[in-house]
Formats: sequence, C-alpha cells, structure tokens
Amino acid sequence: MEVDQLQRSFLEYSRLLFHEGFLDGQFSQLQLLQDESNPDFVFEVVSLFFEDSERLLNDLTIALDQQNVDFKKIDAHVHQLKGSSSSIGAQRVKNVCIAFRNFCDEQNVEGCLRCLQQVKQEYLLVKTKLEAQLRLEQQIVAAGGAIPMLNEFC
Amino acid sequence: MGMAAADAQFHVLAVDDSLIDRKLIERLLKTSSFQVTTVDSGSKALEFLGWHHDEEDDDDDDERSNSNEVFVSPKNHQEVEVNLVITDYCMPGMTGYDLLKKMKESSFLRNIPVVIMSSENVPSRINRCLEEGAEEFILKPVRLSDVNKLRPHMMKSKCKDIIQNPQNQEKQDNNELIQSQSQSQQTSQPNNNTSNKRKSMDEGLSPDRTRPRYNDMTVMSN
Repeated sequence: MEVDQLQRSFLEYSRLLFHEGFLDGQFSQLQLLQDESNPDFVFEVVSLFFEDSERLLNDLTIALDQQNVDFKKIDAHVHQLKGSSSSIGAQRVKNVCIAFRNFCDEQNVEGCLRCLQQVKQEYLLVKTKLEAQLRLEQQIVAAGGAIPMLNEFC
Repeated sequence: MGMAAADAQFHVLAVDDSLIDRKLIERLLKTSSFQVTTVDSGSKALEFLGWHHDEEDDDDDDERSNSNEVFVSPKNHQEVEVNLVITDYCMPGMTGYDLLKKMKESSFLRNIPVVIMSSENVPSRINRCLEEGAEEFILKPVRLSDVNKLRPHMMKSKCKDIIQNPQNQEKQDNNELIQSQSQSQQTSQPNNNTSNKRKSMDEGLSPDRTRPRYNDMTVMSN
C-alpha cells in the first residue's frame, strides 16, 4: 500500500536527519505540539525560522563586510540565530553559532568569517532537508495516512 | 462539556522578543490548557498588566529608595487577571530580570508568580533571578515537561483567592479536576474511534508511536 511505503520512507528519512545531527530532540517536541487543531504548527515554525535566518545571515554578511567590524552587533545577531535554531532543533546550525560567538568574544574577524560561511552551509543543508521531510509528510497526508513519529529522539 | 473548564483556566502572560519563541511558548501553554497572551517586550508586559509609571514623582531621583510605590499611579490596578508571567531573560531594553524586579516592587503585581527563561546556563544569573523572587528558572529551549511545572505556581497564588472567596472553592476544584484528568489521559494513547486516521506500526517496524491526526484529548479550544 502506498501509504505504508510513504510512511516508511518518512521514518527512514527522519531517522537519518536525527542520526546525522541535523535535528535534535527539540524538533520532536515541535512535532508533539502539532495536532488536529494545529495541523500546520511545524510548518509554521519552520517557515518562521527560514525567514528569520535568512534575514540574520544577510545582516551578518553586511556587518562582517564593514571596515570597522561591530562585534557587539554581530554577537547579537548570532545570539538570535543560535536561539531560533535551538528552539526548532536545528542542532548543527546551533553548534556553529556557539563557535561563532566565541570568535566574536575574541574579536577574531577571520574566525567569524569562517563561521559565517559554515553557518550558511549548515542552514542551507537543514533547510533542504526540512523541506524534503515536509514534502514527504504532505504526501502521506494527501494519501490519507497519519504522520508517524519517532519517539526515540524526544 | 470541555468549555466549563474554561472558567478556571489559568492565564499566562509570555514575554519574549523572539517571534519563534513566542509562537513556541504559546503553543506549549495552550497545549497545557492555559490561556495565553504574548508580548514582545517587558514594557508591553507592564502595560498589559496595568502598571503605569507616574511621571510627576520622578524629579527626586536621589530620594528614590526602597519603596517604588510612591511613583506608581494611584489608578494602578490589574485590568486583566494574569496568573503567571513567563519571560525571556535576554531582551533588548528591559531584560526579564528588570521586569521581574519592577513587578516585585509593585504592590499590586508582586503576587503574580514570575518564571524566567534563558538559553544561557549562567549560575549567577539564575541565582540573581531566584533571589529577586522568580519562582523558577527554565533553560531554553522550553519543552512540554517544563510547562507542566508551571501549574503549581499558579495554583499557589489561586489559593490566596480561595482563602478570600471560599464560596468559589468547590467550583474551582471541580474544574481543576476535569483539567488534570484530561491531562493524564493525554499521556496514554486511546485506540477507539480514530482507526481510519491512525496507523498501527507493528508490522515489522520499530516500536514508533504514531502521532494521531486527530487529537481526541483536546480539552480546550481558544
């Protein structure tokens, strides 16, 4: 049955995302909060995260491009990005932010630039994967199935 | 039937400058059957709570000592009943700590329990907040299990109401009983009428729990 196959694919894919560290238990928490009265909760939060992150990454790029780098400002942006990625369970993005803040503290421009590059990469990766996962979910729902959930990562 | 519980719903004011975190905390609180209002700053929180700073008394900064009540407008009163304030620590302008302090200094706000959230695990920060009167310090990201810890704090301050209004006690007890029964049912998964929407996953797959499309444990709907 098609729904079965879709659900298996979905579970496999989800498991992979957790194992590779793209997502952590906080993402499972988001899924737990989704129900019939809020069927799009995960999609909504993840969309906010995408918007927020793109804005922050843009601001960071501009800030690091200045003659006189304002590390306080950069730290504030990274703090925000760290917070939002942590809130949705985007673990790898969060981890780069932690390193990023350390370079800010040290006022190390090179280090910051490297982190910016890295955080952009991690962001794009998790974005791609979350979008793929959401598409799988939508297919399951369209086929009349229920979205299975991994509880081992809660 | 579930709507009867709405009378006894606790109202939580959540304060956070992050939109994502506001959305998350709102969902967490609503899932736990709380009524929620979210604001994005400490000053908006105070505004919502009905706190007004009286500008006239501001001229003597030197003599502003222990009591801030002199500077609070006589028309201060709590316009909306709030049973708990949960606030982020790191916010631009007024921090969560500043908000906590202002509330504890106010004669009519100091009895509202305050919980602080922070992404940073800084012991000195935590102690400072607890010493200032915060009930609890929660590390972000906030989870359902954290929100479950909030109810006792709200019930504690409700008890003060009960003492003052004993005739309401029985009604409140019944409503709270309904709420706690539904909540304990939420943790187990019933298998009755949702078979067409839920899938059992025991055909060779690992013991993964299926998240039901229908959550028939929804007690409240705001």
